[in-house]
Amino acid sequence: MKILVVDDEEDVKSLFEQKFRKEIRNAQFEFSFAFSGEEALTYLADHPSEVVMILSDINMPGMSGIELLKSIRKDYPAAPPQVMMITAYGDSQNHNQAMQLGADDFLTKPVNFIELKEKLLKTL
Amino acid sequence: MDYFLVSFFLIQYVRSSLQTATALPHWDRLLIYARYVTIALIATYYATDTPEFFSWIWHAYLTLIVVILYTKEEFAPIKSVVQSVIPFVVVSILSDIIELVAPKIHDSYDDWISIAKLFTFLLCFVIWFYAQKQRKILLKEREDRLREEMASKAQKESLEYLVAERTHELTLQKEELQKAIEELKATQNQLVQSEKMASLGELTAGIAHEIQNPLNFVNNFSEVSVELCQELEEEVDKTEIPDADKDYIKGIIADLSQNQQKITHHGKRADSIVKGMLQHSRASSGEKEAVEINALADEYMRLAYHGLRAKDKEFNAALVTDFDPTIGKVLVMPQDLGRVFLNLFTNAFYAVAEKKRKLAETGNLNDYRPEVKISTKKFANKLYVRVSDNGTGMPDSVKAKIFQPFFTTKPTGQGTGLGLSMSYDIITNAHGGTLDVDTVPGERTEFKITIPII
Repeated sequence: MKILVVDDEEDVKSLFEQKFRKEIRNAQFEFSFAFSGEEALTYLADHPSEVVMILSDINMPGMSGIELLKSIRKDYPAAPPQVMMITAYGDSQNHNQAMQLGADDFLTKPVNFIELKEKLLKTL
Repeated sequence: MDYFLVSFFLIQYVRSSLQTATALPHWDRLLIYARYVTIALIATYYATDTPEFFSWIWHAYLTLIVVILYTKEEFAPIKSVVQSVIPFVVVSILSDIIELVAPKIHDSYDDWISIAKLFTFLLCFVIWFYAQKQRKILLKEREDRLREEMASKAQKESLEYLVAERTHELTLQKEELQKAIEELKATQNQLVQSEKMASLGELTAGIAHEIQNPLNFVNNFSEVSVELCQELEEEVDKTEIPDADKDYIKGIIADLSQNQQKITHHGKRADSIVKGMLQHSRASSGEKEAVEINALADEYMRLAYHGLRAKDKEFNAALVTDFDPTIGKVLVMPQDLGRVFLNLFTNAFYAVAEKKRKLAETGNLNDYRPEVKISTKKFANKLYVRVSDNGTGMPDSVKAKIFQPFFTTKPTGQGTGLGLSMSYDIITNAHGGTLDVDTVPGERTEFKITIPII
């Protein structure tokens, strides 16, 4: 399963790679990383229909996670990837907006990796 | 006879016109004597068969009176009347002198002299009459003036009364204004204080957001490092190196793992502080619900009490409740207000526990009874809640800072210093009320919540 992680913090890459070390080695998950919303869209355009799941931060400089979600839902209506939003602001306004725009799930930081792993495995 | 009339009326006139009886009592007595003398003279004159020489006594007497009246300062106002007597006296004396010196001439001009005497005699009375009339006019004028004076005096008094009244009004106004200024100053101080608190609260929440992301990385990486250490240990077992080396490597791995756990532990501690700080920004986002205030207060009081009991089995305190049964349900944010109650009760219990501990240390425990009291009251559309304890109390230096974020008197790790700052935020910003404190060091503390009921 190919997962695209979108976050402006570059350390997210090494964190995910270490947290899901076993799964990556077992080829259960394949992670790709984009460090901005724009980068994520470019990646999706370059690798059409490959990405199954997108994990995106909401608060990012430039294109926000919410805007990214909007363009994904607009540009890929045929093979919609699952989108999980992650944010430090766990208020209901953010949550409702994300869910309305078609997010599949909503996580708050700090991310509970055990819970995330379970969710990902379930999607698989 | 004419002498008698002139002198008698002259004396009378002087007495009445100058009011000597009251104004010049000394002269009045003399004038009364003079009147008796006049009467005595006329009586003597007739008793002695009207002797010729007697007219000389009259001349001397009348001249004396005229000279006295004319020269004395006290009789200046009636000088003109006195003057009118002079022609009569002069003519009378002249007639007698002529009669004495040249009786023939006197006899031949007798008619003329008599006419002159009569004329001067009448002149006296005409002038007196005229003077009397003048005097009456003057008197009337004086009375008029007096009446006018009285009137103006009355007017002046009424004006003065008005001025006094205005002055009084102005003084009252001034006092009211001064009071208003003082109230304004107090309100301004309160505003400055609440502004300060609000900005500190915002700052706190802002800082918390900024810290949370890097802190998440610290926690996540340290956690994953612990896992890596475990894997590393397993991998070491698989290798073909001497056991002594393996043990040495495992020892290092164990230390590393322990360090990572410490990082995780303290990271989590920082995380809970950040969570507390974040609640500042959430204080006003809740929804208001109609809540039974007494039940809410009671519930959190017990919660705080048992929370402390769980940590310290020795702890004991009397819980006193004084609830106003008329309060009923009030629109508040129950979770936020509950947090405030929990903070206040936790602090109250902590204060009495501390006092007990300190007293026990110095051996003065004696009859100290820890007591925490809650009282509620509804009055004039306001809800009053008081949480008081007979614990350690606070000095002014502490009291001034208790609502600031991160200020705590508890030992490191036991308090975040966010409880009261958040409570202040919840009461003032989210509920539009006030949170005040009243304390006596070493004796007691009372927190007063006032919330307007809409």
